[in-house]
Amino acid sequence: MSARNAILKRLRERADGPLSAPESDFAVVTHRGWSQEERLVRFERWIASVHGEVIHADGDDWTETLARVLADKGVRRLALGKQHPVAAEARRALADTEVELVDVDRDIESWQREQFESVDAGLTSTRGAIAETGSLWLWPTPDEPRLISLVPPVHIAMLDAHTLEDTFFDVVEAQGWAGGMPTNALLISGPSKTADIEQTLAYGVHGPRELVVIVRHAGTAVGEET
Amino acid sequence: MSVQTFTPREFHRQAHDALGNPQIRANFRKAMDGLMNKRRDSFGDWDLETLRELGANIRLRALAKLPDLLEQLEANCEANGIKVHWAEDGEQACRIIREICQSHDARSVIKGKSMVSEEMHLNAHLEEAGIEALESDLGEYLVQLNEQTPSHIIMPAIHLNTDEISDIMHDKTGTERTRDVDYMTAAARQQLRERFMAADVGVSGVNFAVAETGTLCLVENEGNGRMTTTVPPVHVAVTGIEKVVEHLRDVPPLYALLTRSATGQHVTTYFNMISSPRKEGEHDGPSEVHLVLVDSGRSRIYQDDELLDTLRCIRCGACMNHCPVYTRVGGHTYGTTYPGPIGSILSPHLMGLEDTKDLPTASSLCGACGEVCPVKIPIPDLLVRLRRESVGEGRGNVAGAGVKRTRKEAAAWKGFQWMATHPSAWRAGTAVAGKLRALTPSKLGAWTDYRTAPKPAGTTLHALVKRHQANKTREEER
Amino acid sequence: MTPVKLYPPKPEKVYFFGTCLVDLFYPEAGLDAIRLLEREGIEVLFPEDQTCCGQPAYTSGYQQEARAVAAAQLGLFPEPWPIVVPSGSCGGMMRTHYPQLFAGTDLEEQANEVAGRIHELTEFLVHVCHLKLEDRGEPEKVAMHTSCSARREMGLAETGPALLAQLGQVEVVEQARAAECCGFGGTFAVRHPEVSAAMVEDKTTAIAEAGAQRFVTSDCGCMMNIGGRFEQQKKPVKGEHIASYLWRRTS
Repeated sequence: MSARNAILKRLRERADGPLSAPESDFAVVTHRGWSQEERLVRFERWIASVHGEVIHADGDDWTETLARVLADKGVRRLALGKQHPVAAEARRALADTEVELVDVDRDIESWQREQFESVDAGLTSTRGAIAETGSLWLWPTPDEPRLISLVPPVHIAMLDAHTLEDTFFDVVEAQGWAGGMPTNALLISGPSKTADIEQTLAYGVHGPRELVVIVRHAGTAVGEET
Repeated sequence: MSVQTFTPREFHRQAHDALGNPQIRANFRKAMDGLMNKRRDSFGDWDLETLRELGANIRLRALAKLPDLLEQLEANCEANGIKVHWAEDGEQACRIIREICQSHDARSVIKGKSMVSEEMHLNAHLEEAGIEALESDLGEYLVQLNEQTPSHIIMPAIHLNTDEISDIMHDKTGTERTRDVDYMTAAARQQLRERFMAADVGVSGVNFAVAETGTLCLVENEGNGRMTTTVPPVHVAVTGIEKVVEHLRDVPPLYALLTRSATGQHVTTYFNMISSPRKEGEHDGPSEVHLVLVDSGRSRIYQDDELLDTLRCIRCGACMNHCPVYTRVGGHTYGTTYPGPIGSILSPHLMGLEDTKDLPTASSLCGACGEVCPVKIPIPDLLVRLRRESVGEGRGNVAGAGVKRTRKEAAAWKGFQWMATHPSAWRAGTAVAGKLRALTPSKLGAWTDYRTAPKPAGTTLHALVKRHQANKTREEER
Repeated sequence: MTPVKLYPPKPEKVYFFGTCLVDLFYPEAGLDAIRLLEREGIEVLFPEDQTCCGQPAYTSGYQQEARAVAAAQLGLFPEPWPIVVPSGSCGGMMRTHYPQLFAGTDLEEQANEVAGRIHELTEFLVHVCHLKLEDRGEPEKVAMHTSCSARREMGLAETGPALLAQLGQVEVVEQARAAECCGFGGTFAVRHPEVSAAMVEDKTTAIAEAGAQRFVTSDCGCMMNIGGRFEQQKKPVKGEHIASYLWRRTS
């Protein structure tokens, strides 16, 4: 008998008899009832507590904020997509600047060392965020592949304020994740970190040392909404 | 530094050595105090009892449907393009992984943290086949550099302090001696990035495998897990068969419990959910993903209604963080992949009671482990159950049952039983013990190495109560 | 931990299960507990045939022996009065483990019935007697050591401290890691003496460093362990069962 069948047989022919499966009540992980303002406050507090930087931007000129961040961080080579509106707007805004835009719609095999060694930052869109834990959620695409948010030393993520939801459970349910998962789904909550050396926190052990979240507020001036 | 080997057979000697090592004592005490405080603070405004109840309930539901869910997981993974393998034991699992490596002419494997791979000694197996296996979790990397095994399931290098780590990195990788943690972390980043790029295969564990979508969930802070599962052309995930959950919605509560229980974090940096290899048109990620499901004694645990609770474990390590025994003797003393309370209830099933018979007794049954367990495993009750099995008074459902039974000890407990079920003999005996208290030896084996010997009182409660009642009757008559 | 208990009104009578450690080593503590109960107007019944709850055999894995010993206690409490036990450890055994021990046997129903009447002494004094205390002792700093069984198995972290808090002249000091085990654990102290010693060493250090002149506990196993360590170190800190301490200071 194959290992598979032998294992399944043992499990099915359980000596103490079949088990009954309880129902689950998920109330404790949902129904937070937070207002948009509360969500933003929580999101920002939590992600800041793990070294995530949050910068608020006005809907129309968020790319000016991006340019400022790139200048502050000394980013010369920025990896980003092409098709996603976030990438497209960023490309337009940065076209005539010093920042070199690195295409990511290439198979990694052709530029792995370049990506690992000579990209200063990666820019990605986000699908949403979670207020309760200060987490971004991303479904990487061919336009914005998986490693862009991982390999460069700085990850800049653009988050639309209205996509914030209360809890992880709420996101999974409201967005119908179970109906079809992408190759890779990610929650990102701060820059890469470790405490493996005597409980001392250090950032950027394998992934980005810095995570900057640009929160875009639609149709209002910065600060007006919160 | 010489290679240290530990075995559960030598628990007493290893405990003696650890207790006598001030460095070990200080490192664990400091770390565990910090972890306990952080856990307590992290559940601040949560209804923790309700959340634990839900966690236990989700895990129990998954176990109740285990064979169906494993089949569903397999079907959905295969539909997504993930190849699923089944292994009866660690050796089979090692062979499967080695063959995957060999089919790609792999010379170098990079590993994300996986306790199951530790359990089956995967690194040694691969190295025998000429395949280098390098750990990439910083703690695992340090432990591997130091030719050790992890001393904690979440924080593998917790037995080492900054100076020791500086020495290890200096000796093995040529970094400067320093107390600068950022410098050491950056150096490890540099060293490991080269290895990620060069690796032919990435091997990771799995925190939750979701049956309904065929999704593998990995919890981490460092990003090495994402690197391991994204950079090399082949990804092999290996996990115990009990790690499956039914629905995606089962994941958020378990994740909330796991991070807070483990390290007191409200969330980890990354929650990485993998559902397929690189698809047509995608530009990164492995072109092959394999899932190896390992039994290794788990289906045997599954047979028994009481022992089943062991399989609810989500490997947070809170039980060891809160264990007064683990805190003092450290992880290596147990000589098993899983140390501390969870190890003491799991290892006997993985290794047999013959080798692990001292582990179920290595607990004062203080209950701290059961109190913090995020999925409410009754660890103290399971320790007692295994004690029962080891003296041959259980159900015989554990390999090596009865191995600890000695004629002398069994006779002593029979004697105790006789006394305690013959009240007049008991009263006579206890009364005599009181009368003879002067003769009680002041040395009582190990007890009196550290404490004075308890002396029976001159009288017994039975006698005092009798006198007390007689006095009362006299007073009433007066 | 056992679920939240609904406490009965103060009864006319109670049974008292003294425990074997009290019987043999600390009989005064047992008698003081009886006096405290009697002072509340409760008649205390002491079944003469009581011996031991069976816990030592139970935690050692000697299930049949434990069951036989426990069975011998089950018949000692025929009337429906509460059963008071001056120990969280033995109380926990009888309340929590008796039902498990007899599950599926002829004695199951009786075991469940007896288990439902078990009260640890401080629990009974606080929640059933609503005990009011008037301190007549000298000013003193004490540390309270609540046993792990009382704290976790029976869920009684608060009752001992609540009683001590009523003693006006007594200052209960804060000790480091108060909830940590003292290292007794019954046969654990014998099977793993060095680990147990390291634990009791830390416990005595914490109590001494907190500035306590005395430690009070509701479990004689912990008292024997912690007190024995203090005595061997020739430190002046003495242990006392909470029943004796309360009786001594209020009578």
